[in-house]
Amino acid sequence: MQHYNMNLTLKVWRQKDKNAAGGFETYQVKDISSEMSFLEMFDVLNERLIVEGKEPIAFDHDCREGICGMCSMVIDGRPHGPWEANTTCQLHMRAYKDGDTIVVEPWRANAFPVVKDLVVDRGSFDRIIQAGGFVSVNTGNAVDGNAIPIEKDNADAAFAAAACIGCGACVAACKNSSAMLFVSAKVSHLALLPQGEPERRQRVVNMIAQMDKEGFGSCTNTYSCEAECPKEISVTNIARLNREYLQASLK
Amino acid sequence: MAFTGLFLIFFLLIHGYVNANVLFENGEENFNRAANFMSTNALIRIMEIGLFAGFIIHIIQGYALERMNRAARSNKYAVSGVSKTSTWYSRSMAILGTLILLFLVIHLADFWVPSRFGGLEEVTYGSVETHNLYAKMKEVFSKEWAVIVYVVGCFSLAWHLLHGFQSAFQTLGWKHKNYAGIIEGIGVGFSVIVPLIFALMPIFMYFGWELPIGNITLLF
Amino acid sequence: MLDAKIPSGSLESKWTDYKGHVRLVNPANKRKIEVIIVGTGLAGASAAASLGELGYKVKAFCFQDSPRRAHSIAAQGGINASKNYQNDGDSVFRLFYDTIKGGDYRAREANVHRLAEVSGAIIDQCVAQGVPFAREYGGLLSNRSFGGTQVQRTFYAAGQTGQQLLIGAYQALERQVALGNVTMHTRHEMLDVVMIDGKARGIIARDLVSGKLERHFGHAVLLCTGGYGNVFYLSTNAMGSNVTAAWKAHKKGAYFSNPCFTQIHPTCIPVSGDHQSKLTLMSESLRNDGRIWVPKKQHDDRKANEIPEEERDYYLERRYPAFGNLVPRDVASRAAKERCDAGYGVGSSKQAVYLDYSDAIERYGKAEVNKRNLGNISHDEIMKLGKDVVKEKYGNLFDMYEKITGENPYEVPMRIYPAVHYTMGGLWVNYELQTTIPGLYALGECNFSDHGANRLGASALMQGLADGYFVIPYTVGNYLADEISTGSVPTSHPAFEETEKAVADRINTLKSINGKQTVESFHKRLGKIMWDKCGMARSEEGLKQAIQQIRDLKKEFWSDVRIPGSIDEFNPELDKAGRVADFIELGELMCIDALDRNESCGGHFREEYQTPDGEALRDDANYMYVSAWQYSKEHEWTLHKESLDYEVVKPSQRSYK
Repeated sequence: MQHYNMNLTLKVWRQKDKNAAGGFETYQVKDISSEMSFLEMFDVLNERLIVEGKEPIAFDHDCREGICGMCSMVIDGRPHGPWEANTTCQLHMRAYKDGDTIVVEPWRANAFPVVKDLVVDRGSFDRIIQAGGFVSVNTGNAVDGNAIPIEKDNADAAFAAAACIGCGACVAACKNSSAMLFVSAKVSHLALLPQGEPERRQRVVNMIAQMDKEGFGSCTNTYSCEAECPKEISVTNIARLNREYLQASLK
Repeated sequence: MAFTGLFLIFFLLIHGYVNANVLFENGEENFNRAANFMSTNALIRIMEIGLFAGFIIHIIQGYALERMNRAARSNKYAVSGVSKTSTWYSRSMAILGTLILLFLVIHLADFWVPSRFGGLEEVTYGSVETHNLYAKMKEVFSKEWAVIVYVVGCFSLAWHLLHGFQSAFQTLGWKHKNYAGIIEGIGVGFSVIVPLIFALMPIFMYFGWELPIGNITLLF
Repeated sequence: MLDAKIPSGSLESKWTDYKGHVRLVNPANKRKIEVIIVGTGLAGASAAASLGELGYKVKAFCFQDSPRRAHSIAAQGGINASKNYQNDGDSVFRLFYDTIKGGDYRAREANVHRLAEVSGAIIDQCVAQGVPFAREYGGLLSNRSFGGTQVQRTFYAAGQTGQQLLIGAYQALERQVALGNVTMHTRHEMLDVVMIDGKARGIIARDLVSGKLERHFGHAVLLCTGGYGNVFYLSTNAMGSNVTAAWKAHKKGAYFSNPCFTQIHPTCIPVSGDHQSKLTLMSESLRNDGRIWVPKKQHDDRKANEIPEEERDYYLERRYPAFGNLVPRDVASRAAKERCDAGYGVGSSKQAVYLDYSDAIERYGKAEVNKRNLGNISHDEIMKLGKDVVKEKYGNLFDMYEKITGENPYEVPMRIYPAVHYTMGGLWVNYELQTTIPGLYALGECNFSDHGANRLGASALMQGLADGYFVIPYTVGNYLADEISTGSVPTSHPAFEETEKAVADRINTLKSINGKQTVESFHKRLGKIMWDKCGMARSEEGLKQAIQQIRDLKKEFWSDVRIPGSIDEFNPELDKAGRVADFIELGELMCIDALDRNESCGGHFREEYQTPDGEALRDDANYMYVSAWQYSKEHEWTLHKESLDYEVVKPSQRSYK
């Protein structure tokens, strides 16, 4: 892999707080190494802004290894940038070449209000989980782990759905700002396991009701969510969610 | 959307089946007889009410959904990347639907209104006297612009179906990884073949073509 | 004298006896008792859920936007439990013994035994919550071996075990939020403990969005705030991981134990340049099949594939023929550093060694040929078959490596280098997980108790959940039983007022310095001092220099740091400034502790104390104690010692030759 340096033009969304009107600001960044991560490029820019006496750009990030789900930038129209199955923190600058212009925006959805600049409030996801994304088992209630054999295929499918990191890229990617992929991942995870069975019906009904209450749009099956999901959560989970919901509604 | 969509898809199948008569030899009589059956059979008439209801619900729901979904994002993206992650027609169901709606108005005015409220000449086959809807088609499709409008309408329908068919199954949860491919395959086939049959009618009539095969309809 | 309050009786009966005799709080009274939990990783979320279920009024705090982001989520490998599902001779005692030995005999027996006792119940609880552990075709739970133990006791969910366990605990927590038993405060940072009559009675927290300070009362305060590896600037910790809550508690009187015990993990992706903001770990399981080597020639600039077999030095296999590439983490890390320091490092930075899979690929390829009866096929085809096998086993790790480095590890050897990963030290706690401040508890990585001088793989998740699900619900009750009559103290109490004022003053001071250097630049400099002088190898001379450098850095920080923005808004630079200020103070204490410990053990290697062939030389006669530092005033601490009396285990020298 040949390493190289590049100069870039960044157009970044700046917004003081939730209620302020935001707008784009343009920044030139120089001598960016192709080995840097996208967020490290932002670190470099922020360090310069601070030294120049300007306000650094606020953005969410934490683990920087693609698992916590905190980072959230829409980069040239793509949540988490151009690479597939990737989070912003794992996007590296070799994806770009000298002279490129990159437009960076926050997740945009009314259910994800902007906190500042590129930081948004994803509390709506927590509230959806509160509505039913759990198994009601108090500490100490459990039977032996091997007392519940689970077919391997189901366990694997449940795991694939549970791999969701709750980053919200599905919402950001959807033209309708729908949270169906997120909700379906949790409903699928628990519906595929016997542990989730007793609360199966009320779970899906309550989670959907909370999702609607939060102001997310509806799913029209364009599948942008699946294409942008860093953990490659499948839209077959959405079909399963729909099935679960219909069945629960008919009971 | 999905229930009414599938219902309308079912209607398209019947409609296409009946109208396909005009593409074949002896099309005039076969088609007029079929049309007569469709307009006199009590069950069909009842279903017609359901059909109108289906259309209206589908249209109202569609617009309501579009409105709600647009409202879910007050601040739009400056750069949109959806073209890289989804098909244009899946994102354009409202526009395609609107085009189909406009087409539908023209289409109803052309054929359904005269056949229900008079204005068609009569024709007799044996003991059956019926409207000559076929003659009306001949008349309408003698104009180039009408042929173009109908073909455009069919294209809109094709794209609408291309997304709508499999989408309805997805929404109803009737999709599983083991047979999702089959549904998608049938969906693509349906979306291409059915609108193609509809589009061929004005073209055939305009050019006066017919396929050298007779009596495909056995029902009527 | 430190009293760890270890119950009397035989080791196996201590926890059972304790539970049988511990005081309880009746359900009606629990509703009147408020508990504050800071941090919502495995320990915090599991504690919040469990205490909420019991009926306590819980207030939980995390600095992230959701409890689900805590860095427990990044643990890859697995979680140990002595279930003995594999019938391979595992038992509570064996897990206990392995943990004590792995910790190089610097952990407390009673705590570790309890950990091993409750380990099985953790798995049961997680399964019941719907944690999708890996399973066999028969539908039962799958196990793998891990980190040098001789039994298969590690439960896992692909390479995302931490994530799945945390999501399980998070869901249990959110359920309690929905039921109204837990109030969740996200994007909040604890900035001090409020003390009334010598007891912890609440905290001052800052709302990181509005910048406002808040007062919260609690009958008890639980710190579940993780480790302090970010003192090194570069570590595998999350960017936000910090020591602030624990440090504030320390300055209020909680003793800090074994701060110098840090774990350096051998298989991390090396630093690529000055821009580096964090390091990424690749699971230890890679050492099961990979071979580690450097060129035999110093400063060899050839590409890895151009270096012939006979010019490669498989130094772990050479030095440790018995364990080879599978020596424990501390040994592997030090050996890599030794080679790089001696000029044999590879890559552009020369601070890396190769982890080579070509032998494994060939071996697996040949095995496939035999398995499928393919007869004579070309070498390329064998390698292709081998790559498929390796992909199945390690695909996600290889992908991660390629994403970060842009190199294809199936074709060229990976470059790895050790990185700071976990901190065994932390707040001193007694058997009940209570710190030296009554009413203040520390759980999970935040405390020091279970891993001694070195933690075994797949044990961190076990400890966090043990503390949160199965220990604290009993032990906190023993304290709270006396607090029923306390009632709720209004936050207008002078103690709250004074503490809040002190916090506000400190923030104002920080902000008003308005110097020239960024917070980040100070953090980097601190990290470099720590890594060079208190990292993988320490010496008296280096540590003394480090202490002076850190003191100078502290002065410079408090006179020249620049924090942009204002106090009353979302201001990540301000948050970071407070954390770095605490890291600087902690760094000094770590060096002091490392200087005090004139021996090499576990993650602590003093260059003066090694065997003639370069192995760690422990000194059980003089240093078999837990150091517990009491803060006196700036730059001054008093050392208290909790001596470790091994009743059951006989300490011996670790040898992996």
